[in-house]
Amino acid sequence: MITALLKRDLARFFPFTGSGAALPVIFFLAVAMLYPFAVGPDAPLLARTGGGVVWIAALLAAILPLDSLVARDIELGVFDQLKLRGVTEEVSMAVRLAAHWLSFGPPLILATFPAAALLNLDGETLHILLLGLLAGTPGLAAIGLMIASLTASLRAGAALSGLLLIPLALPILIFGAGALARMDVASLGFVAAISLVLVALAPFAAGAAIRAARES
Amino acid sequence: MQARLTVSDLACRRGDRVLCRGVNLALQSGDACHVTGANGTGKTTLLRSCAGLLTPFAGTVETEGAIGLLDERMGLDPDLQLGRALAFWQKIDGCADVDAAIEVMGLDNLLDVPVRYLSTGQRKRAGLVRLIAQDAPIWLLDEPLSGLDVRAIEQVTALIARHGESGGIALVASHQTLSIAGLTTLELADYAPSTAPEPAA
Repeated sequence: MITALLKRDLARFFPFTGSGAALPVIFFLAVAMLYPFAVGPDAPLLARTGGGVVWIAALLAAILPLDSLVARDIELGVFDQLKLRGVTEEVSMAVRLAAHWLSFGPPLILATFPAAALLNLDGETLHILLLGLLAGTPGLAAIGLMIASLTASLRAGAALSGLLLIPLALPILIFGAGALARMDVASLGFVAAISLVLVALAPFAAGAAIRAARES
Repeated sequence: MQARLTVSDLACRRGDRVLCRGVNLALQSGDACHVTGANGTGKTTLLRSCAGLLTPFAGTVETEGAIGLLDERMGLDPDLQLGRALAFWQKIDGCADVDAAIEVMGLDNLLDVPVRYLSTGQRKRAGLVRLIAQDAPIWLLDEPLSGLDVRAIEQVTALIARHGESGGIALVASHQTLSIAGLTTLELADYAPSTAPEPAA
């Protein structure tokens, strides 16, 4: 049952199979492409600031899939039907979290390679950047899922979720990009810890939000 | 099929208005009940409370047996072809064969059409296929006849009757008259709060 659910969610959200699901990756690459045009082809400057730009691009790309993440299936009654079949909101949200991360985390990490080339990042920076994104994107996915389910029943939910994600994602950004400034992987441990806590909390918070949306 | 649906002293709330209170209902295997009432008397809320999707404002709902709910939200992905959208629920329900139900509902030549192109009536019939395939003893049907043509209405009525004969329970909220033997009626207007709608503290 869980497998069928995960397959459905992945088909919905995975790049190039789901509708519009490739957008975050394209957006991410577009930012990496635009930045050298904006600051000029100063190779050392790009190399010094590029890692931070990749982090900002990843954070903004995490906002894009949020409007269709939960609201549509509430409208379709999918969660109602799953509940009747004994799949609690927490379980369906845990599956959704896995599908959401798989559909934007790994593609973003892969897209970091061409982005690093565009920004003239050296091997060491790329290494820390990749580790940081690997540790940070599950946390971004978890924040995104919680916000998407909390704002699902609001009319301006999509616009609001973008604004809400930014402050909540700050700790991940500070520690993740901070590791680049000091060329030290130690603070990535914090990123991973924050992500772990968020991933553990998200299914429960999102599940409760979906139940609350029914009553409204 | 052994099933039971007992509602005792149930009060339904929508927003901060109490829609009905003191609703009692006891359905055993084979029973069918028609819930009637004007718009906004709480038919949908009652059904969703029975399904356990809403917490009752007061009173209790006890059920024995799996619940199948058919309302205006079919749970079928609009971007998917009908056959694949139904196949997802078939996998979740672990049922072997939906072909018979698809044929009964006359959808066999629409399986490759994306759900968003289906008409209201066709979508309702697709929901009925999902309901039949779920094979749940308790059916909660919210306006199952709206949007259906004359022939489909007859089929659905027969379907509900047959569900009762095989030991199932049906609780049907509908504005149409249902011609089913042994059908009881629950008029929700009788359970409206005596005073004007009051805030639910």
